[in-house]
Amino acid sequence: MTAHAIRLTVNGTERGARVMPRLLLADLLREEFGLTGTHLGCEHGACGACTVIVDGEPVRSCLLFAVQADGCRVETVEGLAGPGPDAGLHPLQECFRARHALQCGFCTPGMLMTLAAYLREHPSPTEADVREALSGNLCRCTGYQNIVVAALDAAAALRAAGVAR
Amino acid sequence: MRPAPFEYFAPRAVEEALDLLARHGTEAKPLAGGQSLVPMMNMRLARPGVVVDLNRVAALAAVRVEAGSLRLGALVRQRALERDGRVGAAAPLLAEAAPLIGHLQTRARGTVGGSLVHADPAAELPACMLALDAVFRLRSAREARTCRAADFFRGLLATALRPDELLVEIEVPAPTTARVGHGFAEVARRHGDFALVGACAVLGLDAAGICRHARLVLFGAGDVPHLARAAAALVGERPVPARLTEAGRAAAAEIDPRADLHATADYRRHVAAGLGAQALSRAAVRAEAAR
Repeated sequence: MTAHAIRLTVNGTERGARVMPRLLLADLLREEFGLTGTHLGCEHGACGACTVIVDGEPVRSCLLFAVQADGCRVETVEGLAGPGPDAGLHPLQECFRARHALQCGFCTPGMLMTLAAYLREHPSPTEADVREALSGNLCRCTGYQNIVVAALDAAAALRAAGVAR
Repeated sequence: MRPAPFEYFAPRAVEEALDLLARHGTEAKPLAGGQSLVPMMNMRLARPGVVVDLNRVAALAAVRVEAGSLRLGALVRQRALERDGRVGAAAPLLAEAAPLIGHLQTRARGTVGGSLVHADPAAELPACMLALDAVFRLRSAREARTCRAADFFRGLLATALRPDELLVEIEVPAPTTARVGHGFAEVARRHGDFALVGACAVLGLDAAGICRHARLVLFGAGDVPHLARAAAALVGERPVPARLTEAGRAAAAEIDPRADLHATADYRRHVAAGLGAQALSRAAVRAEAAR
């Protein structure tokens, strides 16, 4: 089997790797780049925990081969808060914390990345819109209520800030 | 779960992809959005020795409208059906069904052609294409041919596509009547799940409000989407509610649904009758409102 040289941008930083074709993007991020914020739950596209943003679109990183991300711009949960230890949390993260929108936290990175992509395109969602947007992300702890509330709060905060981060 | 090893090719042109499929035969598998194939590879239900990734073939991702007919490249993402105004204008049935296909993340990658060749009996797009009487353009290194949706779906996850062929384009023909309407209805356990049963319909009316074109498809109920013979009886009539209810019931009598963990066969048949009538009546209301 032939390894492929790829280059991609991860959270604004250009990176390169040599990958075997079967390496999943999720494994490249976690194992090669040490970005373990991206969680792998079901590993077959059912749970949404591994959602990252590729070229602006929320995608399941367990269903994308790393070699396919060659030349792409990838955003993970590690990039959400902005660079540097002093950067504040992203409004989504703030609202998840304030609203207690997580318990064990395993699904949270996927929830955050799905919502980050969604809110850029739909800055003023209704509650029903948020529930539909999150239909591909499973949470086994919260019952979703506080996640939806946090998402609506975050949408309002992002609108007020006038920036779609 | 990780896939078994494979060789990977990312052609830039359709011809290059077709050559790879011809060269590697049944060892090779084309990769479109990967939302069905990659889970199967992760679970090792599929172990292709060669993966031909179509995602860099730009020519396969085009949306065009020509003389009222909509041409979708096989690699058009399912999300594009929701976002592209040309799809909504030329084939509003597709725009209405699209948000029900999987989830945001799967639609961002999942393609129109991928869903059609995967041919899951509960999937929305095969049923819609059958209702729209779409024509599929298939190519191999040897030949190019067309196949109507009605001839394409052959069985559970089985189609008329040969191993060395690619579905390259889907043509949704322009409506044959001036006043046309569509309807879509499905029952699923959660938003984004495959339908337990679904129905979609296209009705065309003449200036006097008489039905000149009627297609109703029931899906999720058998191995392939079912084009209901009962709908043809509506042609030449005014689509009054009682007739549409009757057509829905007659269509449901044509199917032989499966029973599984999620629903009994009787339940599916019962719901199919109601959904068939709903899809027809939405189509009739829209066609009557059209000018």
